[in-house]
Amino acid sequence: MAGPFNWLSQILSISLFNLRTLPQRLGSSGTAVFGIAGVVAVMVSVLSIAEGILRTMQNSASPDNVIVLRSGATSEMMSWVLGDDVRVIAEAPGLARDADGALASPELFVIVTLQKKSTGTDANVPLRGITRTAPLVRDNFELVEGRMFEWGRNEVVIGRGAQLEFAGLEIGSSLSVGKEEWPVVGVFEADGGLAETEIWVDALVLQPAYQRGNSYQAVYAKLESPDAFPAFKDALTSDPRLTVSPMRETEYYAEQSAVLYNLITGLGTLVAVIMGLGAVFGALNTMYTAVSARAREIATLRALGFHSGPVIVSVLTESLLLALVGGSIGAVLAWLAFDGFRAATLNWASFSQVAFAFEVSPALLARGIIFALVIGLVGGLFPAVRAARQPVSEALREQ
Amino acid sequence: MKYLYLLWSNLRRKKMRSVLTVLSILVAFMLFAYLGAIRQGFSQGIDVAGLDRLIVRHKVSLIQPLPVAYESRIEQVEGVVDAIHQSWFGGVYQKPTNFFPQMPVEPEEYLAMYPEMVLSDDERKAWLATRSGAIAGRGIADRFGWKVGDRIPINATIWTRKGGEQAWEFDLVGIYEGAEQSTDTTLFLFRYDFFDESRQFGQGQVGWYTVRIADPARSAEIAAAVDEVFANSQYETKTEAEGAFVQGFADQIGDVSTIIMAIVAAVFFTILLVAGNTMAYAVRERTNELAVLKALGFTDRGVLGLVLGECALLTAIGGGLGLLFGWLLVGMGDPTNGSLPVFFVPNRVLTAGIVLIAVMAFLAGILPALQAQRLQIADALRR
Repeated sequence: MAGPFNWLSQILSISLFNLRTLPQRLGSSGTAVFGIAGVVAVMVSVLSIAEGILRTMQNSASPDNVIVLRSGATSEMMSWVLGDDVRVIAEAPGLARDADGALASPELFVIVTLQKKSTGTDANVPLRGITRTAPLVRDNFELVEGRMFEWGRNEVVIGRGAQLEFAGLEIGSSLSVGKEEWPVVGVFEADGGLAETEIWVDALVLQPAYQRGNSYQAVYAKLESPDAFPAFKDALTSDPRLTVSPMRETEYYAEQSAVLYNLITGLGTLVAVIMGLGAVFGALNTMYTAVSARAREIATLRALGFHSGPVIVSVLTESLLLALVGGSIGAVLAWLAFDGFRAATLNWASFSQVAFAFEVSPALLARGIIFALVIGLVGGLFPAVRAARQPVSEALREQ
Repeated sequence: MKYLYLLWSNLRRKKMRSVLTVLSILVAFMLFAYLGAIRQGFSQGIDVAGLDRLIVRHKVSLIQPLPVAYESRIEQVEGVVDAIHQSWFGGVYQKPTNFFPQMPVEPEEYLAMYPEMVLSDDERKAWLATRSGAIAGRGIADRFGWKVGDRIPINATIWTRKGGEQAWEFDLVGIYEGAEQSTDTTLFLFRYDFFDESRQFGQGQVGWYTVRIADPARSAEIAAAVDEVFANSQYETKTEAEGAFVQGFADQIGDVSTIIMAIVAAVFFTILLVAGNTMAYAVRERTNELAVLKALGFTDRGVLGLVLGECALLTAIGGGLGLLFGWLLVGMGDPTNGSLPVFFVPNRVLTAGIVLIAVMAFLAGILPALQAQRLQIADALRR
C-alpha cells in the first residue's frame, strides 16, 4: 500500500513544485507553447479544407439514389446517354415510381465560363439541364428565393454556393450563353451538397444551346430501397441495347472527391509532420533549459530520497501541459479563423467548380490536440530522462 | 579567423541547444523549399507560357468544340504567324488515378509551335510515318516505364472508336525531352488524322487553338481581331494570351499560391520566432561574459558584431542545410504521384531562401546584439 501511494505523492509534490516555478520561465515556456500553437493551427486549417470538400460530397449522396453513366466514363462530364436509352433505363426493375412513372431523371451536365468573385478570373461553372423528375429524385432540393424556372423557357435557377462564389448571379440578372441571355429567377439549396454550386435549366433549353440533339449525359434515379441496387444493375448491364454502368450515388461521389481529398490531406499531413518536427526541437530546447535550470533542485530532491520515476513523470507533465495549452490555442485559432469559411476549387474529376465551406470538425480539433500532445511527449521525454539520470553528486556541484 | 573560432566555441558551449536551434531553423527552410516546389507545380506554365502565343477557345466554355476549319481562317488574321489545334482526349491508362494529359495534334505543326519539346530527328520521322504513332514526355515515360516501340493501350472516357469500342492502342515512336527544367514532360501526344478517322462522332471538331503571333506587344489587338472574325458565327471564340489562359486555369483550382504563402508565413512566424527567442536567450544568459570581453578591450561595436555573428552562423548553418534537404526531398519525387506536371525547386525560391536567411539572422540577432552593445561593464559584472 505504502509503495504506490508514496510514488503518487512524490509525483504530485514535484509536479506542483515544477509548475509553481513556471512563471519564472515564462519566456522559454511561452515560445514552446507558441510553436506548438502554430503547428496545430496550420494543420487544422489545411485539413479543414479536405473535410469541407468531403462533407460537400457526402451531403450530395443519398443511399437509395443511383447514377447511370455510359460505361468507361469516370464522371458526368465525359458521359453521354441517348434519349432512347433513357426510356430503357426508366423501365428497369427496382426504381421507385409515382403516378407519372419511374423516378429517373435524365440530365445534361456542361460548364459555362463565369468570373469568380474573389479573383475576377474565369471559372468553369457547372450548368445542369434537368427534367421534371430531377427535384423528385433529389430529396434535399429546396427553393429558397424567387421561383422555379418555367419549363421550356430560357430561365435558370442557381445554387446558393454558385450565387456566393461567382459574379453576376443574382435574381433579376441574366446568364449569357452564346448569343442568348437567360434570366436568373430563383435560388435553391441542397443541404450543402455539390448541386449548390450548379446552375439549373430545362434540359430541352440546354440541348440546342450546346448542340446535344436528343441526348443526355447521366440518369439519376431513386430506388425503391438501397437493397434494390443489384437487381437494377443486373437489368441494365445485361441489356444488349445499353452500354452503361450504374453506380450508387454514395460510391460515385466518394470517387469524385477521392483525388482532391487525398491530395489535400496528403500535403496537409506532410506539412504538419515537418512543422511538427520543428516544434519538437523547440519543445526539447524549452524542456532542456527548464531541466538544466533546475538541475540542482532536482538533484537535491533525489538526494532526499525521491525516486527517478516521479522526476521523469513531473517533467513530462510539464511539457504535456505546455503542449495542451499550445495545441488548444492553435486549434481554437484555426476554428475561429476558418470554420465555415467559403471557397471554391476545381474538381478535376468533373472539370468544374465545387463550392464548399471549410469544416473544422470536433474530430479534427481532437486530432490537432493529440498531435500537440505527441509533440509535447517527445519534447519532454529526453530532457526528463536526462534529469533523472544525472548523477546526484555532479548535479549538486553545478552552478 | 580568430573571431570565427570564438563564435564556434560559443555555439559549442551548450551543444544540445545549438543543435536543436539549428534543427528547427533547418525544418523551416526545408519546408520553404518544398512548398516552393509545390507552388511551382501548381502554377506550371505561367512562367513558361510563350509571350508570342495566344489561345483561342469557344466563347461559352472550354468543353465546347471549334471547327477544324478555323485554323486557316485564324492564320489569315493580320499578325498571326501560325495556328495549330489541340483537343482533350481524357482517356484512362490502366486505372483512373493514373492521370496525364493525352492530346491528338498535327505532329509537325505542333513540334514547330513548341520548340521547348525536343524530339530527335529519327523519332520525328517515325511519328510522321506511323498513323497510330504517339510520343510521350520523359516524365510520363519514366513514370510508367515506357520505351520506344511499346504499344500503349488507353481506354476512352469520351471518344469511343467507330463501333463503340473504348480501347485505343498507340505505338510509342518517340520520347521527347524538355529543353528547360520547367517544360511539361507529362504529355502524351498522338496524331489527329488517326484520331479523327477512328472516332465514333465529332469529326472535324477540335478543342482549342494555339496561335503564334509575330509581335507580342500586339497580342491584345490580335486577340480582338481573331474574335472579330468569328463574331456572330455559330462558334464564337474567346482569345487570350497563353499566360493569361494558364493563369486563369491555375486560379480555378483556387488561390493555391496564397494558401501556400500563408502556410510558409505561419511556419516562419512560429518556428523562427521560437528559434530566434532561443538564440536571444542564449545571449542574455552570457551577459556576464560579454561584460568581461568589453573589460578586456572589445569595443561596443565588436561585441555587437560578435553577437550578430553568432546568430548569423546558426541561421546560416540551419537555413543552408534546410534548403539543401528540401532540395533533396523534392528530388525524391512528387508527393501527389505524378499529378503535378513539374516538380522541382526553382532557382528564385533558392535565392529567396538565401535572402530570408540573411533577414532572419539579422532580426533574431539585432535585439540581443544592441543590448550587448549598450552593456555597461560595471552594471553587467555585478549581475
